[in-house]
Amino acid sequence: MTSDGFLIADDVRRAFGGVTAVDVDHFEVERGSIVALIGPNGAGKTTFFNVLTGFERADQGSWAFEGTGLAGRPAYAIARSGLVRTFQTARVFPRLSVVDNVALAAPGQRGERLFSSLIPVRWRRQDEELRDRARELVGWVGLGGKADDYAGTLSGGQRKLLELARAVMAAPRLLMLDEPMAGVNPALRQALLEKITELPSEGITVLFVEHDMDVVSAIADVVVCMAQGSIIASGTPAEVAADPVVIEAYLGRSVDDLRDMSTGAPTAPEPAEEP
Amino acid sequence: MLGLSVSSALVDGLRDAVSVPACVYALAATGLNLQFGYAGLMNFGHIASGMVGAYGMAISVNEGLPLWVGLIVGVVAGVVLGLILGLPTLRLRADYLAIVTISAAEILRVVINSARLQDVTGGPIGISGIARSFYAINPYPDGRYGFGSWSFNQNTMWSMTVGWIAVALACLFVWRITTSPWGRMLKAIREDEEAARSLGKNVFAAKLQALVLGSVIGAFAGMLYALDGGFVKPEFYVSQVTFNFYLVVILGGIGTVFGPVVGAMAYWFVISLFNSLLTQMIGNDSYGPIGPTDTGPSRFVVVGLAVILLLVFRPQGILGDREEALVRDQ
Repeated sequence: MTSDGFLIADDVRRAFGGVTAVDVDHFEVERGSIVALIGPNGAGKTTFFNVLTGFERADQGSWAFEGTGLAGRPAYAIARSGLVRTFQTARVFPRLSVVDNVALAAPGQRGERLFSSLIPVRWRRQDEELRDRARELVGWVGLGGKADDYAGTLSGGQRKLLELARAVMAAPRLLMLDEPMAGVNPALRQALLEKITELPSEGITVLFVEHDMDVVSAIADVVVCMAQGSIIASGTPAEVAADPVVIEAYLGRSVDDLRDMSTGAPTAPEPAEEP
Repeated sequence: MLGLSVSSALVDGLRDAVSVPACVYALAATGLNLQFGYAGLMNFGHIASGMVGAYGMAISVNEGLPLWVGLIVGVVAGVVLGLILGLPTLRLRADYLAIVTISAAEILRVVINSARLQDVTGGPIGISGIARSFYAINPYPDGRYGFGSWSFNQNTMWSMTVGWIAVALACLFVWRITTSPWGRMLKAIREDEEAARSLGKNVFAAKLQALVLGSVIGAFAGMLYALDGGFVKPEFYVSQVTFNFYLVVILGGIGTVFGPVVGAMAYWFVISLFNSLLTQMIGNDSYGPIGPTDTGPSRFVVVGLAVILLLVFRPQGILGDREEALVRDQ
């Protein structure tokens, strides 16, 4: 992987008590790519996400986005620098309309400064443009018919779509999606996948956490596999899927054991006989 | 029926619905609504903002400073209180703010009440004679204004005029800032702080702004109350009053511009109406457990009952949006 200094992380560690949740020596994302972060439950993927985006403190380590160090910076500042994340369970603003949910995500809003908010001429036109753009994005994710409803009336899958539109509205250059497909029904899945593959052409690099290998193979250029807090493999989807270390991490036993299983040789201890 | 004069009770209710206490409650609740209704901040010590505003003004005037200086001191006291409460607590979880604010309000009241500070705060006696220059500029000639028993003297008219203008300005201010992108951001923070952070919003700064602004509006409410009576006393500023403000906000409609105003008027209407009715009914007799001295507390029982019924049948309050109130989080 050639390093263009887009997102580079080194020696990032985070422990909870005695448990090391994240222990990543080196990690990088190339501009314009779609990178999947996979790994068994408890591998530290979400914690790593949280650390990179400032939602969780790192015990040590450094990471830089477009050459700017982000370690120790607050979450909102990291988001403003162009690194925007979504959550595993979609977090929408239930008592705001779908359009408002998206419109408020825009950066650099003049009307968000308290004193400017008192003087509508300073923000009215900008806000109208933002609301138009928000409406477009709501339509882009297929929620056009719900644009003026409260976000709290949406289903779980629709909330995921809304969260994607909202995150895109925040003008990210790197979008980090934490399990974008979780809870999304199969009918919406394909639509969501297509949206994600459109992002790089809009100048948005994508890093996402996913469990479903079909999804990963379908859209990822690069797959990174984590287990027990560390990165154990990376490469193309095919390479990673065939990597014995990855298979072992997922299945909890070595490939040799599996091979033995397929030939019928017993590998697990025999169950105790019934008395 | 029991020789009740419902019409005189109604007049009592209607008088109190527009009188100075309703106006003070409307103002204080407007400040609380900005914090609680729009920003989701659980400020359980809102009465403290009224107290520091009133005492800031009263102490200044008592020291011989002109009233306008006193007003500025009151506002500054509100700002300082908001900052002192917010800076250490707003990074913490919401319930910490509730504990810290209610404690701070009680601590401030006990300190002001202290006999050792009698030279400055007047201790338990308070400070009187602070509104002379306020009534000196009263444009209403002596007399009574209104219809029959629904009427007010010239001083009350003057306080009411100033008070309702202040309420109107506060509503205008709250309407302007909450219907702007700033207000949209504030509501988003109320709904989900973490998500707002993930979109680049400076949650801490916005919450601090809301807390300070609400505190300043509360300070104005305290100053208005002090000017109307012409004195300040620590016993006005007990924590129970904060919860009356909450009642007013919930009654009127959480997170609506005019909810606190309508809520305050409804609150005083009901209180006064039932006070009048109960006083007439009971007179000097006793009915079961209720004796002549129990009419005061009994009206609060009625208000409590009214609020319970309201929340069952109209959870959004008088002015709130039912659909919004019933939206589920997940």
